[in-house]
Amino acid sequence: MAGSVHRIASAPAHGRRPLTEPRALRWLLTGVALAFLLFFLALPLGVVFVEAFSKGFGPYLEAIAHPDAMAALKLTFIAAAIAVPANLVFGLAAGWAIAKFSFPGKNLLITLIDLPFAVSPVISGMVFVLLFGRQGWLGPWLFDHDYRIVFAVPGIVLATIFVSFPFIAREVIPVMEASGTEEEEAARVLGASGWQTFFRVTLPNLKWGVLYGVILCNARAMGEFGAVSVVSGKIRGRTNTLPLHVEILYNEYNFQAAFAVASLLTLVALVTLIIKTLVERRMARPAGNERLAEAA
Amino acid sequence: MGYTIFYLCLIVLVPLTMLPIGAASGGWTAFRDTIFDPRVVASYKLTLTTSFFAAVVNAIFGAVVAWVLVRYDFPGRRLVDAFIDLPFALPTAVAGITLTTIYAPNGLIGSRLEPYGIKVAFTPLGVTVALIFIGLPFVVRTLQPVIEELDTQVEEAATSLGARRWDVVRRVILPYLYPAWITGFALSFARAIGEYGSVVFISGNMPMRTEISPLLIITKLEQFDYAGATAIAVVMLGMSFVLLLAINGLQRWTNARLGH
Repeated sequence: MAGSVHRIASAPAHGRRPLTEPRALRWLLTGVALAFLLFFLALPLGVVFVEAFSKGFGPYLEAIAHPDAMAALKLTFIAAAIAVPANLVFGLAAGWAIAKFSFPGKNLLITLIDLPFAVSPVISGMVFVLLFGRQGWLGPWLFDHDYRIVFAVPGIVLATIFVSFPFIAREVIPVMEASGTEEEEAARVLGASGWQTFFRVTLPNLKWGVLYGVILCNARAMGEFGAVSVVSGKIRGRTNTLPLHVEILYNEYNFQAAFAVASLLTLVALVTLIIKTLVERRMARPAGNERLAEAA
Repeated sequence: MGYTIFYLCLIVLVPLTMLPIGAASGGWTAFRDTIFDPRVVASYKLTLTTSFFAAVVNAIFGAVVAWVLVRYDFPGRRLVDAFIDLPFALPTAVAGITLTTIYAPNGLIGSRLEPYGIKVAFTPLGVTVALIFIGLPFVVRTLQPVIEELDTQVEEAATSLGARRWDVVRRVILPYLYPAWITGFALSFARAIGEYGSVVFISGNMPMRTEISPLLIITKLEQFDYAGATAIAVVMLGMSFVLLLAINGLQRWTNARLGH
């Protein structure tokens, strides 16, 4: 149909009008776009690895195998290993509550879940200092009982959970809402228990959405800098995560080591992008990009 | 259900309620003195202007990138498309040290700009560069789906009625894209205001000149001036809140346009 419209259009009165930009302009726009991305994306990515290997392979390994770097790596893994499952359970519970039931204040709840994205990372970290710091609200009591939260591992874990909080929930909610409740109802009618329904009907429907949320959540959890830097106290080898270790090395003018450690985080980012792209293709949903843009 | 609300309160709401309590703890005069302190006011100005210009650059180039990625075909298009999200995935500290290294006076680009008297790192321009990086995906990712949804039949109709390509772009395509375009701009702007990790390295942190508001919060926290830190945080949250409201309004406008 479109073709016939076009054929009528090319009546001699107007001549043939192109449906796209002239070839020269197309080349120009593509060139501008690629040049912009080259400067702002490709160049930084390349520089990380060039600087990391600037003194060769030996010093690269040395920087990564340094006990402080290994301790930071371990802490980053611990924080992510707690934050991601915690937010996964929450994301599934929130998705279940929001998509399968109706209750007053549902929209408010959805808005509140997104709150951590609207807050500066520095403020996210600060609220935990206000709550648990020595001059904070619960601080004196905690100090008397010898519990350390801020400037210790629990504070880092809490700040990490906070900043990576919405990722999984906001992926799960739309998928659950779209899948409706018919399949669950059918399962219940056929005699499945609540948990059976959840694990054998609801969860399989969700798996790509959940995976998508989990990798984004994990990337944020491992890479968070602002919030964690406020609560950590930056004690070398004890409360240092990988991004904080990068900062310390950089501020000591130990650039090569800083970039060596940074290259590990860059690899995490690249793996995240690869899995994300694969999952998007599996889900085959053009709206996926839109959702990610809102997420971050 | 109960668990959802409990966890939300525990992790998000209770900590956030500390902000107004903390800000109020110093009393009204102290609050006013902090938020109107010249050094703090200079930091708002820096944060707002650099965020604004970064968002403008992203709006322009992001639109070109989105258009090229949806409408044109070239080798490596899908790879480029996947890499757009790099700033979301790359830790901000890594972005910060990398951009500083590139734009420092002895860096890859910085050394080439130096002879012309252009300094990037450790100036407001450097802050803007970091914020462009951070906000880059927002405009592209909000425009892409809208451009994909653009009905080419409307373009064909306009063309068949004798409109030149430029008129089609200006009168048919652009009006359709405006809401999403402005939304992408606002998202990029909002993200830039709160940004810390990528900026602290490249800004140089000179008081009154290149010191951003989030850094002042950290400085005050390190001096145990909790009331001062929360006062600045409340002002920053106010700015984000106004932007968030604007974004929500814009998104409703976008959806109304698209007929959802």
